[in-house]
Amino acid sequence: MDVTIFMQQMVNGFSLGSMYALIAIGYTMVYGVLRLINFAHGDIMMVGGFLGYFGIAVLGLPFGAAVLLSIAGSAALGMISDKIAYRPLRSAPKISLLITAIGVSFFLENAFNVFFGGIPRAFPVPPYMEEMVELFGLTMPVSAILVPVITAVLLVVILWVLFKTKYGMAIRALAFDVGTVNLMGIDANRIITMVFGIGSALAAVGGIFWAVNYPSVEPMMGVLVGLKAFAAAVVGGIGSVGGAVLGGLIIGFTEVVVVAFFPELGGYKDAFAFIFLILILLFKPTGILGIDFEKSRF
Amino acid sequence: MEISIKKDQWINLAIVATALWFIWFASGHFDEYTIRILNNIAIFIILAVSYNLINGVTGQFSLEPNGFVAVGAYVTALLLVTPEAKMYQYAIVDPYPFVLTLHANFVTALLLAGFFSALLAFTLAAPVFRVRGDYLAIVTLGFGFIIKILAINNPEVTNGSLGMNDIPEFSNLYWTGGIAIIAVISVLNIVNSKFGRAMKAVRDDEDAATAMGVNTFKAKTLAFCTSAFFEGVGGGLLAALLTSISPDLFDFFFTFQLLIIIVLGGLGSTTGAIIGTVLVIGGSEWMRFLDEPMNIFGHETTAMPGMRMVVFSLLLILIMLFAREGIMGKRELRDLFKFGKKGGK
Repeated sequence: MDVTIFMQQMVNGFSLGSMYALIAIGYTMVYGVLRLINFAHGDIMMVGGFLGYFGIAVLGLPFGAAVLLSIAGSAALGMISDKIAYRPLRSAPKISLLITAIGVSFFLENAFNVFFGGIPRAFPVPPYMEEMVELFGLTMPVSAILVPVITAVLLVVILWVLFKTKYGMAIRALAFDVGTVNLMGIDANRIITMVFGIGSALAAVGGIFWAVNYPSVEPMMGVLVGLKAFAAAVVGGIGSVGGAVLGGLIIGFTEVVVVAFFPELGGYKDAFAFIFLILILLFKPTGILGIDFEKSRF
Repeated sequence: MEISIKKDQWINLAIVATALWFIWFASGHFDEYTIRILNNIAIFIILAVSYNLINGVTGQFSLEPNGFVAVGAYVTALLLVTPEAKMYQYAIVDPYPFVLTLHANFVTALLLAGFFSALLAFTLAAPVFRVRGDYLAIVTLGFGFIIKILAINNPEVTNGSLGMNDIPEFSNLYWTGGIAIIAVISVLNIVNSKFGRAMKAVRDDEDAATAMGVNTFKAKTLAFCTSAFFEGVGGGLLAALLTSISPDLFDFFFTFQLLIIIVLGGLGSTTGAIIGTVLVIGGSEWMRFLDEPMNIFGHETTAMPGMRMVVFSLLLILIMLFAREGIMGKRELRDLFKFGKKGGK
């Protein structure tokens, strides 16, 4: 095995893992405050990809502006979905919330399918993203470096918000006890909506990266990615932002490395995340970072 | 007390007799299209009633039906397709020799389909229920994908994405309707047994149930495995009705339809699951016009395949937001009859 090829695969794994991580953070934060598996999260990522596409291809915006549009649009969609579909069910049995989440997910997929068609649309990747650069003897596209770097920056921002701001404190408090948070004079609903906004914004970034990498967008692109990202969140330890990143990287690396070195297993690539999920549930249900769910989160 | 039980039994017997008479009458008098829909309804009653057992009665949100239906359909297909038909069907690669030797009659095939699904359910549920039930949804959703991946990547067994063809058309209204009746009776018996009470206790308050000495792991696993058994059998019936199956048939839409059915009928009510099936399966035939070109106020729209699914997903959200009980709530047919007689117990 050539060292260069090995390193190349490492970079690919890191890049894919970062995308999973960005989406997994949204799952983990919503699960932390609401105990809800937000099935629609993967589809919000899809919407993010589509908004980026519309921004560039239809409105003719530069890439950066399209990304901002996508982030703003997805965050708004996430918050609206919370306000319309989830908030009225705060006191309902959990199963109602999960069913509604499935409904929202299916609605987004099929609405995009009906109105924009199920055929993948080529994503207009800006040329500088596809330029090849040499770094430590490796040749790779700019996007392969950009993805992990931006993920790292966003992670730092999220951790800063969670641990250094009042809002972050409110989010962490919510994860412990919603009732008490309300008693402390904090509007829990506002904070939860904010969590949906943050998670959806990150999903939009993930969706744009995804669209740049595979250069296309289609209505079902978020389904499998969303599932894997949730698996990543559980593997890393649900409720923990660091865990989501760790889980995302593990699953991304595994997929890339196994397919690169055991091509005969290529057809099973999409199954690895779930095998991880089952194994982690069997042997360490709290996830790798080992957060005891009922004690501390984030 | 004794008299009321006997009266219940008479009512049940009358309902079963009416259902049997209807099956006989429909088989002889209705046209092919109607019978096809009735077959679909019967199979979906089996699936919905068993899906309701885990989702509605036990309250564990699961998204498994498409996976187990696929397993049941493939097991049945492998057992029913004759070796000669298999020889020329496997176009991608030659089948494993053991695949050719598999052969069984319809009843054995259906039972094995159910058995394998239940076995798989057990291996899936054990790790999930050992920890927290709410991961069940994601594990079962992933399971549906994995079954599809397995079916596509093992052409030596499943003929890959081409699927299995020339499955003998054993299913008719007697089989589908008869098994639907058996499924409904079995599920109702479970619901009304000690296990059924344990399942409802898990749904209503798992911690309290544990405190009262209910083995929640056992209740959840039993509900899940029973569901899987009937979903496997239903898959087998479906395979023998459609005569050809492929991995794409069992995508998530299949599960979604069942979810709509049990939510509309009322989560936890077997009667509701039956009513929901008739409404949704009949309704989606009726709603076919939505997918076609329409003339809205003189404005001609193009065909919109998938519009039905948009309507279904909105319906699901709206039911959850405004009519969470569905049509029947948690009540059964019997409860409606007892409505006027308060203080019976």
